[in-house]
Amino acid sequence: METVLSLILIIITAIFVNNVVLAQFLGICPFLGVSKKVDTASGMGMAVTAVLVVATAVTYGIQKLVLDPYDLAYLQTIAFILVIAALVQMIEIILKKTMPALYQALGVFLPLITTNCCILGVAILVIQKDYNLLEGLIYAASTGIGFLLAMVLFAGLREQLDLVNVPKSFAGVPIALVTAGLLAMAFMGFSGVDGGLKILFGL
Amino acid sequence: MKVLLNGIIKENPTFVLLLGMCPTLGTTSSAINGMSMGLATMAVLIVSNLIISLIKKLVPDMVRIPSYIVVIASLVTVLQMLIKAYAPDVDKSLGLFIPLIVVNCIILGRAEAFAAKNNPLASIFDGIGIGIGFTIALTCLGAARELLGTGAIFGHTLWGESYGMLMFVLAPGAFLALGYLIVVFNKIFR
Repeated sequence: METVLSLILIIITAIFVNNVVLAQFLGICPFLGVSKKVDTASGMGMAVTAVLVVATAVTYGIQKLVLDPYDLAYLQTIAFILVIAALVQMIEIILKKTMPALYQALGVFLPLITTNCCILGVAILVIQKDYNLLEGLIYAASTGIGFLLAMVLFAGLREQLDLVNVPKSFAGVPIALVTAGLLAMAFMGFSGVDGGLKILFGL
Repeated sequence: MKVLLNGIIKENPTFVLLLGMCPTLGTTSSAINGMSMGLATMAVLIVSNLIISLIKKLVPDMVRIPSYIVVIASLVTVLQMLIKAYAPDVDKSLGLFIPLIVVNCIILGRAEAFAAKNNPLASIFDGIGIGIGFTIALTCLGAARELLGTGAIFGHTLWGESYGMLMFVLAPGAFLALGYLIVVFNKIFR
């Protein structure tokens, strides 16, 4: 029971309280770049979620099976980024074959998932927080869902934003950043929820 | 000189190209944090630009990007060890964002757009210019957030926390402050 509750806590914390984009500032480039339409935003969100889970599983294995036993922890950054780059390449090839429509929609941003800091960031965080494999995977998946949620919400706001007049200097990115600030403020309403749940669950 | 100014104003990585947003927003809760992040990135950028412009003829086109990433990742690992050893405070306050310099699009972007096409000397200057532009942007953003949030700048109290808007040190303030700074930059330079 206790493990289930602690997993639920990880999920809620990663999606709402410590949202990957709006509280931890990871993955801002796709957040600003592919958020003009809701459907591309959700496609990107799902692609990132999938890559996150697979990448976390693989990097966790590499850390525990290769880097730790042979005392190579200092190679962590290099090893992880190479694995992630290879994985993304593979996913790109698979998507191109199986889902050409989604591949078209994501366009140049798919290779950019490699340099999406939330993938490398989460892989390193899972090791830093000393999660076991199950916790790590749940954490990666819920971080991805948090990213998807933020992307879709933000894309919805930006679709509305296209219909209004903004001052010339604000046009484009600045007004998007201000909107993101307001969205982050809304998410701040969740702060402290994790502490409360911890008490409620008796962890 | 032209290359230097180009990096600071015309192609300012933060205000014009909008690259490397994660560290820009994530590490600028105070002016000193922003400045250390900017300098760390600049160090990696200069050396990676130099190395990449030196090896550009040796690397086959097909494996260009992966080999650039390996160069950058090795440099970041060295930097991470140096910071851990000589400036543990900086390591604590920047935390996760030091290894994440690897995935900073500015560095790979400059490698691809400039260092792979120019001679080593010009590449070094490009690294310095872009690095200074990035550092200035991060320091400005950090200073603005620190001043509005805690009423202090570089740790020197100006009007004290009682008049501070704590929100600017927290997450939403990062987005708002950067948005308004870009507006100011656009008004002045464009």
